[in-house]
Amino acid sequence: MTTIPCSATSAPGERTDSPTPTPAVRAHGLVKRYGSFTAVDGIDLEVAPGQVFGVLGPNGAGKTTTLRMLATLSPIDGGRAEVFGVDVAAHPHTVRQLVGVTGQYASVDENLTAQENLRLFGRLLGLDGRAARRTAVDLLGRFDLEEAADRPISAFSGGMRRRLDLAASLISRPPLIFLDEPTTGLDPRTRGQMWDTIRELVDQGCTVLLTTQYLDEADQLADRIAVIDRGRKVAEGTPDDLKGQVGSSTLQLRVVDASDTTAAAALCRRVLGEEPVATPESGALNVALTDPDRAADVLIALREERLSIASVTVAKPTLDEVFLTLTGHTADPTTDPTPDQIPNATEARS
Amino acid sequence: MTTLVAPEPAATATRPTPEELARHVSLRATVAQTLSMAWRATLKMRRNPEQFFDVTIQPLLFTAMFAYIFGGAVSGDVASYLPIVIPGVLAQTALTACMATGVQLREDMDKGVFDRFKSLPIARIAPLAGPMVADLLRYSLAAVLTVAVGLAMGFRPGGGVLGVVGGIVLTVAAGWSLAWIFTWLGTVARTAQSVQGISMMILFPLTFLSNAYVPVDTLPGWLAAFVKVNPVSHVVSAVRALMNDGTVTGEVGWALLGCAVVVAVFAPLAVRSYGRKM
Repeated sequence: MTTIPCSATSAPGERTDSPTPTPAVRAHGLVKRYGSFTAVDGIDLEVAPGQVFGVLGPNGAGKTTTLRMLATLSPIDGGRAEVFGVDVAAHPHTVRQLVGVTGQYASVDENLTAQENLRLFGRLLGLDGRAARRTAVDLLGRFDLEEAADRPISAFSGGMRRRLDLAASLISRPPLIFLDEPTTGLDPRTRGQMWDTIRELVDQGCTVLLTTQYLDEADQLADRIAVIDRGRKVAEGTPDDLKGQVGSSTLQLRVVDASDTTAAAALCRRVLGEEPVATPESGALNVALTDPDRAADVLIALREERLSIASVTVAKPTLDEVFLTLTGHTADPTTDPTPDQIPNATEARS
Repeated sequence: MTTLVAPEPAATATRPTPEELARHVSLRATVAQTLSMAWRATLKMRRNPEQFFDVTIQPLLFTAMFAYIFGGAVSGDVASYLPIVIPGVLAQTALTACMATGVQLREDMDKGVFDRFKSLPIARIAPLAGPMVADLLRYSLAAVLTVAVGLAMGFRPGGGVLGVVGGIVLTVAAGWSLAWIFTWLGTVARTAQSVQGISMMILFPLTFLSNAYVPVDTLPGWLAAFVKVNPVSHVVSAVRALMNDGTVTGEVGWALLGCAVVVAVFAPLAVRSYGRKM
């Protein structure tokens, strides 16, 4: 996988002579209703050209619905959306020429081979037969799919499907790419490959709007994250802003000899400058880490003081913890916080 | 071999600004996109040959069955019934074949690839019209087989080769036009099964309450009144005149007008409901 085609360095909204470039996406008060249920309830978004913007939220939060409205796949029930300054509702055909969409479930044709799929989409996008064939071969090579080119999609693994799907979104070299949960259901290795591919797209000047359920994915890829819950935006900022609200990660430590707990706590306080919290388990401590690498300093200090470790874990904040902090309820949209859930979760975070 | 690889098109310099992009699809592009979608449908047919079962088995079965069952009762003997029944079976086979168009569209629309079609800057009608263009193959196969079975059973059309070809072309054209009704059903119904069910309810009255199998003058007045306005009757009458006498009657005009009305009403309805779906 060498270089991946995408629109080039200057996105169409971006003009050298204009001081503030037109945002790639600007949405104001977006609303989507299904009967009496409001799936998206007044969401505002602004994505700068060249940015990776992550929309983070649990299942059913309205992420996919928001993305579908921006991609002209679903009518907008309220509010306004613009893509590179073009009104989505008024000029859907223009918007479709500016975006590539890769769905949550691979949107390629199961009955066709990989090469036939890409040729079909190339033809539909106005390439002639030869150019469509050349583009298909080219993209299959770039996405490591040339060996599978003539195999039916039904024989493809999940990761291969996603790659083909993304390749299909890039035929027209759109300046803006929507990725709906690009790595849901992929194994860790394929997930890492997908992340690399997305980073390459951005290096070439693409703007990417992605939805995800995973905090670490948003953290890895996004310049800016909006957290969506029950159809509303509950927070927005850089990954660091968000993590600052929940603490970067937690060091969970247990010493072999419970009588060493006080000494270990004093050591943590000295090394990290944070107050450790004793957990009910004997000899166990939780300390907030602003930087996970600082855990190593604690371990070295423990070794120098000859305090034996029974177990040690560095845990990242989970989406659930982010949610709890931001909304006061867990990420599961069906359960509201119950009195006994809150103290438990608070304890885990402290 | 690197030197042979074509350079990437220079997207930077030539990329139009959003204001310069087209706001609508041109007619030429629409036709090209429809043909691309038709290409996809023919690939699908090649992979799933069972799509041809209805159009191969049915002409064989229905032609033989109707000729031997009704032949004696309607025309005295099978040979003299053939000129009446072959155009009738032709119309029915075409209608059944175009019912499958709607069912298959519904199945297709549930797949993820339709999301991509919707996200592409292509004419909204192309994903609907493409499979219908490819289905012309199925209608033609059905029509040719029906006539072939008739010929094997002793049908000697007086209209000659030209008359028979004319009859087949008219049948295929009528099938294609009426397929828009089933395509529209495909875009509004929730499941493929419901398309099938509703289509049967439309199909049976349209074919059996026509002159396809029996002469109209044997029917009670109120029924004859409906049969006379049924577009299928006009198609059948026109095909009979073409095949048996080699004459182009006014019925051809009525048949084509009926088809045009069906397309004019149901094509926009289908495109509109497809655009709204999902």
